[in-house]
Amino acid sequence: MRSARDMGLVGCTRCGRVWPPEQAVCDRCGHHLQSRPRHALQTVWAWWVLGLICYLPANIYPMLITRTLASSSENTIIGGALELARHGNPGIALVILLASVGIPVAKFVVIAALALGVRHGSRMTPARRQQLHEIVEYIGRWSMIDVFVVAILSALVQLGAVVAIRPGPASLYFALSVIFTMFAAMAFDSRLIWDAEARQPAAPGENPDGPPHDALKDPVT
Amino acid sequence: MPDSPARQIRSDPLADLIACPRCDAVQRVADPGPGERVLCLRCDHVLAAPRQSAGKQIIGVSLAVLILAITATTLPFLRISRAGLAHDSSILDAALAFSASPLLMGLSLLLAALIVFIPALRAALSIYVLWPLVRDRAPWPFAATAFRLSEALRPWSMAEVFAIGCAVALIKVTDLARVEFGLAFWIFACLVILVPVQDGLTCRHSVWKSLDPRATRGAGA
Repeated sequence: MRSARDMGLVGCTRCGRVWPPEQAVCDRCGHHLQSRPRHALQTVWAWWVLGLICYLPANIYPMLITRTLASSSENTIIGGALELARHGNPGIALVILLASVGIPVAKFVVIAALALGVRHGSRMTPARRQQLHEIVEYIGRWSMIDVFVVAILSALVQLGAVVAIRPGPASLYFALSVIFTMFAAMAFDSRLIWDAEARQPAAPGENPDGPPHDALKDPVT
Repeated sequence: MPDSPARQIRSDPLADLIACPRCDAVQRVADPGPGERVLCLRCDHVLAAPRQSAGKQIIGVSLAVLILAITATTLPFLRISRAGLAHDSSILDAALAFSASPLLMGLSLLLAALIVFIPALRAALSIYVLWPLVRDRAPWPFAATAFRLSEALRPWSMAEVFAIGCAVALIKVTDLARVEFGLAFWIFACLVILVPVQDGLTCRHSVWKSLDPRATRGAGA
């Protein structure tokens, strides 16, 4: 199995069309063509660090500010989840904790591991690492749950003096953190996982298919 | 572009190849029949999965999504009441809940986009791209750009995440006040089911292939 780069070609990451290397823009879908983006990992790390920077205040500042006749209370992400658990909703508390703590932390760890794996090699097979990347890309959006909860609560619970809910500053930081880590996951080019593999000698019997090889002899030159 | 386009239209040997967008492995994809799936030989990424008369179905589902999105935004979504006071909120209200403070205004617009505008826009783009293809006509101008935009926006369409957020918010609110569901709530529930259906039906490979001006089109040239 050979990659487009090994064959001296460039493949479009949007639509999969194969082009000669001098082509700059995919003629079929208009996507910008680049065999391997320069500074690919730096981009990943930049978004990663931004996401982490925003994740800290997201956990320190209050997410929700609830004002009732009797009292006013501020809840951080974790504080709010713990309160839910104490009020007899451990299931929902678990969903919140999973979406706001579990998923973001797992994302930071996995993206960092993928980026380090490209640079320093990894014990995991490329297929497994690519699976991890797909999972991270898929579940990243689900972290937005808590931001949506805050939005719904503060739009809905507006009963004058009786009870009113306002969003706290953490909601902004949390949303930014989710968005930045989504960018980090998107900036990670999963083709790099397989490039590192190809640099090592391929295992015998790795290459059962014929078509790409003979198909490509003519167009390159 | 190296050659004159006129000469290349007939003979672009690269047109039948596909570089896996995930791992860059170049392979020849035979035209799969409806209901068949073509997986990347190296990383098992789904390269093509055409379905019988998918185009018409996608157009139908997209129209439904578009209509539901418009109605769901404007009608009352949820209503709470406590101690004689009541307040109802539409989805737009939820998205705009952050607009109270200028810092959170941007977040507000972003949420509105994630919840309704992006899903609706993607539905509209799908219709624009597929309408002429279903009727065996040449694609409309900028169809490729439209489809590329729709693909790029896919991770940012978060209607289903918002739905889970609703469920969590409702459980939180039931302690504070009584909640009633508005018409928009049920419309939005349908929307959440239809958006993934729209994505599941779309075979990207088939769409790109029919948008490719250089590939020989099935019926025509």
